[in-house]
Amino acid sequence: MSDTPQVVQDERVKRISPFRRALIRPELGGIVGTVAVFVFFGLFAYDSGMFNSQGVMNWSVVSAQFMIIAVGACLLMIAGEFDLSVGSMIGFAGMMIAIFGVTMGWPIWIAILVTFALCLGIGALNGFIVVRTGLPSFIVTLAFLFILRGFTIFLPQVIERKTIIGGIGEAAEGDWLAALFGGKILGGLFRWLGEIGAIETFSRGTRQGEPVVDGIPMLIVWALGLVLVGQILLTRTRFGNWIFAAGGDAESARNSGVPVNRVKILMFMFSAFCATVFATSQVMEFGSAGADRGLLKEFEAIIAVVIGGALLTGGYGSVIGAALGALIFGVVQQGLFFAGVESSLFRVFLGVILLFAVILNTYIRRIITGER
Amino acid sequence: MTDPLIRMKDIEKHFGSVIALAGVSVDIHAGECHCLLGDNGAGKSTFIKTLSGVHHPTRGEILFGGRPMHFADPRDAIAAGIATVHQHLAMIPLMSVSRNFFMGNEPVKRIGPFAFFDHDRANRITMAEMEKMGIVLRGPDQAVGTLSGGERQTVAIARAVHFGARVLILDEPTSALGVRQTANVLATIDKVRKQGVAVVFITHNVRHAMAVGDRFTVLNRGRTYGTAARGEITPEELQDMMAGGQELATLESSLGSTV
Repeated sequence: MSDTPQVVQDERVKRISPFRRALIRPELGGIVGTVAVFVFFGLFAYDSGMFNSQGVMNWSVVSAQFMIIAVGACLLMIAGEFDLSVGSMIGFAGMMIAIFGVTMGWPIWIAILVTFALCLGIGALNGFIVVRTGLPSFIVTLAFLFILRGFTIFLPQVIERKTIIGGIGEAAEGDWLAALFGGKILGGLFRWLGEIGAIETFSRGTRQGEPVVDGIPMLIVWALGLVLVGQILLTRTRFGNWIFAAGGDAESARNSGVPVNRVKILMFMFSAFCATVFATSQVMEFGSAGADRGLLKEFEAIIAVVIGGALLTGGYGSVIGAALGALIFGVVQQGLFFAGVESSLFRVFLGVILLFAVILNTYIRRIITGER
Repeated sequence: MTDPLIRMKDIEKHFGSVIALAGVSVDIHAGECHCLLGDNGAGKSTFIKTLSGVHHPTRGEILFGGRPMHFADPRDAIAAGIATVHQHLAMIPLMSVSRNFFMGNEPVKRIGPFAFFDHDRANRITMAEMEKMGIVLRGPDQAVGTLSGGERQTVAIARAVHFGARVLILDEPTSALGVRQTANVLATIDKVRKQGVAVVFITHNVRHAMAVGDRFTVLNRGRTYGTAARGEITPEELQDMMAGGQELATLESSLGSTV
């Protein structure tokens, strides 16, 4: 046994091509899909108004909605868990804001803060039950899918004898915290863009001369902010390393001193946070809360994350990828509308692309781990 | 010889009515590779779990650096410098070598109020440590899943040593490996020993033990047959002691001395 370091290139380690190297980046599927979707609609729906300022704003808002919940679902999935209660949480959070702010007449900012605290608590409970019982998160959060939806329908019926509570717009008038979810920014910039003719202005009616797009909705700001924070947290912090480790192999991570349970519970809370941001923005936009809001959102979030390259089994994925998955989602959903295609075909598209994404991800996983 | 780093005196461990260890005494010195041999059921696992803080001995005393030690759990043992490298539960295949190496001990770089994972530093240290161990990586971002079993063991050993292990317990590190990978792991053990770390090498393969061991302790049915230094004992004698003698001798003659 010699002491000299054996720095010899192993002849059986093949040099990997740049193509394969690119393939193991989780974002690849998302990037390719995004390009494909834009090329497709650029060719077939360019004249439909999809790419003028209003059209762009239309699919941007829809994509931003998907993005907000996809970020939460992404980090949770990388940590090795699912949250199927996201959709019900959206409905529940919106309804609680309406009940606190309208029925009970609290100031909207208090209603929003209390709702956030309540939903984070439910997220923590989800996580706590999963970690403590060792049950699959699929089952635990499925239970909360029904529990929360049930309360969302029951409470307004008991209190107001209806399933939609309106009047939030009036209650939120001038509220500082509500503006953080329902407002718009950069209004001045867009007015100026309208004046110099860069974007269209209304030519008739009461808003004559005003630009057709009068600012960036806070929803989009939240989406981009969450994507940025999520990406930095995941790739640039030690907590991010723990997220990967917790989902990659919880037992090995524990052996190395990673607080796996804490990581998982915090990720459940983050998922709940994202759902509540979505819900708050939505009730501020609509001015009402409905018992059926957020239906099926949990699955849409999961699909966006999977398209974005994350493995359903955890330990691998990308927030940027999930955001691109959400963008693909939004562009296709609205693009089909612009192109005049029957909207039910969107679901067909979803199913097909989900299948392709999962197959691609499984293949990529084999490349990474060298399994055969 | 200097005082032993760890002295285990008459350790007994009972699980209910089962006596897993019936009075085991072993000394472990810094810078030696102490091979612990034994057939299945000899009590090897119980012994290392007692040493690494998983079990508390029913009777007997463990001295660490001359002082009696009582570990509440394995984390205490790790903090004191006793690291265990498990055969499987050490590495996460989907994560890069660098991320695995620093898992749970990530270096951070502060920018204002935020602490970021210092990837540059982690990558640099990982590459340097891997080179010392003779593993050529494509880059620090290479996934552990692409490494062979032997290389993974080596990464785990290098990690334990880098983070200050004074005693390294290797639980059958070579049992699932091929010939060449085994040689690599044994070379790693040799390097680590020369750095002054005490290595406790658990195996049931006499040839692997003879290749690197300084001293040999054979466990059989919860007891030790004493400890022999290198050169005092032949592989055949070790083999006989592990198997409890006679039966294997007859078996071996019929198999032509290949076991």
